[in-house]
Amino acid sequence: MFPPVPNPTTGPQSPKFGEKDLMRRSASTVRPPAERQTEVAKLIDVSKCIGCKACQSACIEWNDTHPEIEENTGVFENPHDLTSEMFTLMRFTEWENPETDNLEWLIRKDGCMHCEDPGCLKACPAPGAIVQYSNGIVDFVHENCIGCGYCIKGCPFNIPRISPVDHTAYKCTLCSDRIAVGQGPACAKACPTQAIVFGTKEEMKKHAEGRITDLKSRGFANAGLYDPPGVGGTHVMYVLHHADKPEIYAGLPNNPTISPIVEAWKGVTKYAGLAVMGVAAVTGFLHYMVNGPNRVSEEDEEAAERLTGDRSS
Amino acid sequence: MSTDTDTDYDVAKGDSVHPGKPVMVDRYTGGARINHWITATSLVLLALSGLSLFHPRLFFLSALFGGGQAVRAIHPWIGVILFFSFLGLFLRFWKLNLWKREDGTWLARVRDVLTAHDERLPEVGKYNAGQKLVFWSMSILIIVLITSGLVIWDQYFAAYTTIEQKRWALLVHSIAAILAISVWITHVYAAIWVKGTIRGMVRGSVTGGWAWRYHRKWLRELVAKPPAGVPTEDKKRTAAE
Ligand code: HEM
Ligand code: SF4
Ligand code: SF4
Ligand code: SF4
Repeated sequence: MFPPVPNPTTGPQSPKFGEKDLMRRSASTVRPPAERQTEVAKLIDVSKCIGCKACQSACIEWNDTHPEIEENTGVFENPHDLTSEMFTLMRFTEWENPETDNLEWLIRKDGCMHCEDPGCLKACPAPGAIVQYSNGIVDFVHENCIGCGYCIKGCPFNIPRISPVDHTAYKCTLCSDRIAVGQGPACAKACPTQAIVFGTKEEMKKHAEGRITDLKSRGFANAGLYDPPGVGGTHVMYVLHHADKPEIYAGLPNNPTISPIVEAWKGVTKYAGLAVMGVAAVTGFLHYMVNGPNRVSEEDEEAAERLTGDRSS
Repeated sequence: MSTDTDTDYDVAKGDSVHPGKPVMVDRYTGGARINHWITATSLVLLALSGLSLFHPRLFFLSALFGGGQAVRAIHPWIGVILFFSFLGLFLRFWKLNLWKREDGTWLARVRDVLTAHDERLPEVGKYNAGQKLVFWSMSILIIVLITSGLVIWDQYFAAYTTIEQKRWALLVHSIAAILAISVWITHVYAAIWVKGTIRGMVRGSVTGGWAWRYHRKWLRELVAKPPAGVPTEDKKRTAAE
């Protein structure tokens, strides 16, 4: 049993982090704070999840979203995908374990991973639409968002969604507004089995270790922690019974990184592009300075008059 | 292909010579000019709005359009206007931009081109090799831009492509945009550098001297052409084609 996050006090509190704690800000250069806040993390133990979706309900309630009522198509996912109104989604996979011949029901809580190196933030063209706090939370700032959807292309986990209503991007905030006042995320609070726990990243890693030892003792030899180094680690981590093949959990990427195409687009293309356009403009300017204008002479006009004169005669 | 039909390509409908002092030559019809300036305006607006998303340093350009949200909404629509408007120019001018033997020679003497030694260059038709290169590279780039642009137009077309395809499209779109803007800079510079060119697209006519100096083959063909309104054997043949 992990000690649950304490209930809130009733008195007003000032937020524990804010503007001064920004490590990254989209399309801007910020000087990271001299001292980094303790990194926080949410740990999702897939082996403990019973698929009750209390976390989804808590998320909807806390964030006051209104997912559309959809048709039942005979699957457990509800709604069918993450949307701008549904920041987290239980994804169900029926997996036949070739070693044991057992049917395993894998339930993974999908949502933003709060990457240490967030691809969404790298891709975003709007200053301050995506920020990363020094405690590791990646947050979208809606008044700065222009709805271009570049974050969707930058994210290795296919998380952000654009709202058709206000044309801005939405995703899990890790309940940054709750964490700022010493609370845990709403989903963690609601989970009846403690499949979701919240604390510092160190605590979460340690707690995961205990869980992994337990799973290994029960025959899950490949149990492990999902904290992918390709994106610098994440602030939402999974305990997986089959950590050697994360893709069986509804396509959780094995070793995700920011796509090299996105890196090329946001890296060399920008510098080379500005240089090429600059060179074109400067070359034109210098050419004019050196050569002066190219003018038609009197002789040219006379030659034309002679030519046309021939015809009219 | 005989040289006879070859020369016919170098004259567009509406081109004609008015003898006098100076000689005036009609180069662009009213329709062609309106078509051109719609294309030019949309290209500039696309470049400005696109560049505001291209680099954080240029994000301030979005203020010209009423902010980032407005840029996001409006840029692709201007792209659609540009595409159809350019298509109009393409249909008007493609024949005149077909590559001819003298174009290779002209291009090989680019040093004389840049130092304004036009007398050392071969006589060219309505367009020189540089103009033809601008024409064809813009044609290709605009096709690339509209195609990649539709792929990343999430508001309406998000469902039709995968995220991986959209990543490629963004990379391709931004590179094509850089090239298009560079070609556009070259195009505008050439028009500024060669005096008397801009009036051709603004008022529709150039002086005889201008035509003689830069597009002598075109001028000769125009002069050889019977004056408008007098039907001759020659005229009938052209019309029948
Ligand atoms: C021809 C049709 C075109 C379409 C449909 C189109 C569409 C788009 C779309 C959807 C975007 C993403 C941002 C947004 O939603 O506004 C975009 C970005 C951009 N567009 Fe276009 N566009 C077109 C033509 C052009 C042209 C002609 C230029 C430049 C001359 C241009 C320059 C750019 C640039 C620089 C970006 C930003 C790319 C980046 O962030 O790296 N576009 N375009
Ligand atoms: S849609 Fe995404 S990438 Fe675009 S401005 Fe909003 S947060 Fe940034
Ligand atoms: S999971 Fe996607 S949306 Fe979340 S921080 Fe990472 S890149 Fe951004
Ligand atoms: S609340 Fe806990 S047990 Fe229920 S679906 Fe969410 S993670 Fe699983």
